[in-house]
Amino acid sequence: MAIHIIDRRLNPGGKSLENRQRFLRRAKSLVQGAVKKTSQERDIKDVLEGGEVTIPLDGMHEPRFRREGGTRDMVLPGNKKFIEGDYLQRQGQGSAKDSGPGEGDSEDAFRFVLSRDEFVDLFLDDLELPDLAKRRIAQTESEGIQRAGYTTSGSPANISVSRTVKLALARRIALKRPSKDEVEELEAAIAASTDEDERAELLARLERLKAKTKRIPFIDPLDIRYRRYEKVPRPVAQAVMFCLMDVSGSMSEHMKDLAKRFYMLLYVFLKRRYKHVEIVFIRHTDRAEEVDEQTFFYGPASGGTLVSSALQAMHEIVRERFNPSDWNIYAAQASDGDNSYSDGELTGLLLTDKILPVCQFFAYLEVGESGGSAFDLSDSSLWTLYERLRNSGAPLSMRKVSERSEIFPVFHDLFQRRETAQEKAAP
Amino acid sequence: MTERLFEGADWDFHTLQRITDACEEVALKDLGLDVYPNQIEVITAEQMLDAYSSVGMPLFYKHWSFGKHFAYHEASYRKGLMGLAYEIVINSSPCISYLMEENTATMQTLVIAHAAFGHNHFFKNNYLFKQWTDAEGILDYLDFAKNYVMQCEERYGRIEVERTLDAAHALMSHGIDRYPGKKQLDLREEEKRAGRRRQHEEEVFNDLWRTVPKGASKARTAISLERRRKLLGLPQENLLYFLEKSAPRLAPWQRELLRIVRHIAQYFYPQSQTKVMNEGTATYVHYRIMTALHQQGRITDGNFLEFLGSHTNVVFQPEFDDQRFSGFNPYALGFAMMQDIERIVTNPEDEDREWFPDIAGKNDVMGVLRDVWANYRDESFIGQFLSPKLMRHFRMFHLHDDPEERAGIRVDAIHDERGFRRVRRELARQHDVGFIDANIEVVDVDLSGDRRLILHHRVIKGSQLNETDTKRVLQHLADLWTYDVALIEVDANDKVLREYVVSPRPIPAAVA
Repeated sequence: MAIHIIDRRLNPGGKSLENRQRFLRRAKSLVQGAVKKTSQERDIKDVLEGGEVTIPLDGMHEPRFRREGGTRDMVLPGNKKFIEGDYLQRQGQGSAKDSGPGEGDSEDAFRFVLSRDEFVDLFLDDLELPDLAKRRIAQTESEGIQRAGYTTSGSPANISVSRTVKLALARRIALKRPSKDEVEELEAAIAASTDEDERAELLARLERLKAKTKRIPFIDPLDIRYRRYEKVPRPVAQAVMFCLMDVSGSMSEHMKDLAKRFYMLLYVFLKRRYKHVEIVFIRHTDRAEEVDEQTFFYGPASGGTLVSSALQAMHEIVRERFNPSDWNIYAAQASDGDNSYSDGELTGLLLTDKILPVCQFFAYLEVGESGGSAFDLSDSSLWTLYERLRNSGAPLSMRKVSERSEIFPVFHDLFQRRETAQEKAAP
Repeated sequence: MTERLFEGADWDFHTLQRITDACEEVALKDLGLDVYPNQIEVITAEQMLDAYSSVGMPLFYKHWSFGKHFAYHEASYRKGLMGLAYEIVINSSPCISYLMEENTATMQTLVIAHAAFGHNHFFKNNYLFKQWTDAEGILDYLDFAKNYVMQCEERYGRIEVERTLDAAHALMSHGIDRYPGKKQLDLREEEKRAGRRRQHEEEVFNDLWRTVPKGASKARTAISLERRRKLLGLPQENLLYFLEKSAPRLAPWQRELLRIVRHIAQYFYPQSQTKVMNEGTATYVHYRIMTALHQQGRITDGNFLEFLGSHTNVVFQPEFDDQRFSGFNPYALGFAMMQDIERIVTNPEDEDREWFPDIAGKNDVMGVLRDVWANYRDESFIGQFLSPKLMRHFRMFHLHDDPEERAGIRVDAIHDERGFRRVRRELARQHDVGFIDANIEVVDVDLSGDRRLILHHRVIKGSQLNETDTKRVLQHLADLWTYDVALIEVDANDKVLREYVVSPRPIPAAVA
């Protein structure tokens, strides 16, 4: 009997991918809830790695007619000392709970590993960018064209001469096509020859060479190569995010940490919406500088506070590198709210004249110490200023945060779907 | 002769071929097995998980619950809570066995012996499988089912199809014919008929008939209750079949989906009745084959020890007070019983002669075993062949748990002269699917009246249905029936214990 042994390992895997997607679609709200809960407990960096969530299976329960209760009979192995008529204590069902395996209790909840994309998708699913004006552009992409190697067919305009010649040469060498020199040499020898026999032989050789030359053409259709072009999508619009952070002495590590989390969320969020997202880190004390991420969050700095310096820096960078007609510009400013008294007016002017007109969205996040008791006392100078601007109609959003766990809700608040967001933005 | 099949743990496809040939020789010549042609497929762990989640079948229609099972298995696998099965084997012809690529050469030999010869023989020869399954047709039928579900999704929408399948799945365990009917299942023919049905419906469809004025409706004399039930084939315990044939407002494609789910449930029905026997057979066969290969010198002592290690794990039976205990391990019980039969046939004691006069000392081990494998299911197998010696070996005892009994759980019988028969009868009963599944039947419906569907659940030993689940299942049932559904729980004296009534949810206009 012939036995077939088949290697199926190379078969496309992920057979259950489709089923998995159906399951996710169906369990969406459950998974979403779990994702949010998980993300509050974890570092945002870890959140972005995707990972495990626990969802109650009850919501995804597949019901069956099941019986329960009543009198039960069971035969068990491993009797050590009982004799007929003995009684076993029923406490906690310890000894006898297993009469009906598969009673389904084990499926109450289960941990479920989401891929990074699935996680972030669900995480950000009900969020939306506040200003949609330019986003529409962002969704249409133009096609760019890129070189992508060679092909054996194409239009004559695309023939790659150098590649074709190279291949032809290789073929001629491989098939030993007689070179021009060889033929000339032979012809010279014939001309110089006096001996009839030798001459006849040489002539015959010449004939063979010529025949071979004919059989092996200089350029064969096989040699011809065309340049290949490939279409690649090019996003029309891009996004840039400005992270403005106050690093003056009054900002504690805790406050910076809160700010960092907020920026990360914003970054992930933008990354979902745009092919290209750039981040510009600007930190300021009483003067501002553009720095890299590491320095931004961990570099030591200290000094007084001039918020306007950061805004000024941002304005200059926008003017130099990010044309507002091509770029979606977002800014998130984190600060503990202290600003020198004299700087208030300049800050206000910069915002209304220079910054806000080019920004899609400007978020101001006021960070406070954990516990945040002093927080409720009175509004900071910056808060007061921004609130005044917002009341006069500037597209500003502002929130206060003092605990890690508040970051996501605040973020969610700022970016949730338009209808509700508008209500909240205009209290 | 004593050429080794392989050295060490590595294998390649030539090794597999040699292994299979060697196993086949032992299986056919020494054991006299009769098997379907074999097809052996090597797969990865991920593919094994895939196969798990679609009840072990290589192709299946798409449904979210398979995704759920995949996620569930995958999560527990990743956390190391669960090992993967070494093999999955499909009751089809050719009989397909999946081997995992991670297995060592010894394990592959074990798996081939176990699945490709043990299970394979059982599938081909056991009367339940012969009666209820169609090994030649199953893969084609599943292919048809998969495509049919896909087409339905295209035509009627994913949500609609999902709703019907969800309902059908909820009723799946009650979509089975328990008693052999007129004819054997022929899935290929079934598939063709499904195609013809559809074609016929399309051909004879004529929208004009809708507009033909109806005559005065015939005065319907109230038909007698008996006659009505007879016309509808009641009582009917196959709920899916009943809905498929009698639900008044199902679209033809919905009936076809119910039929598909019903056929698949039926296909798996013998497996649930023969777990102990099926695994016992396969384990006994692999044990015999491995031992033979070792004796022939075709596998080394080291490989044989490795095999014994895995084998011992598989047939391990924790005791009731062990943390690992979760009921009787079908491998352990089945294997022990097969070996015990071998002992009784070749080397019986007086006790065995008394208990098993037909087979004791008969000396033809394989003849007896092949006969047992062909003609029993778990319940009758245990009821017939569990010997006192094995009951003593497992130290079995019977507990009776009556919630009313204050003193606790009573030890009703133990492994002694007085108890053997009672313990055996009780263990056999626990393996009777007819007893495990709730006994639910459609008992009545008044098609000319309010069309309420009435089901009975006959309560045994005070064990009633779980309320939440029952309501949900009935909701599915009512949605398919499209009129009210009542489920009445009655005890042995027809006393009503509880009544559920569920109304259908409104159906979207598109379906009707």
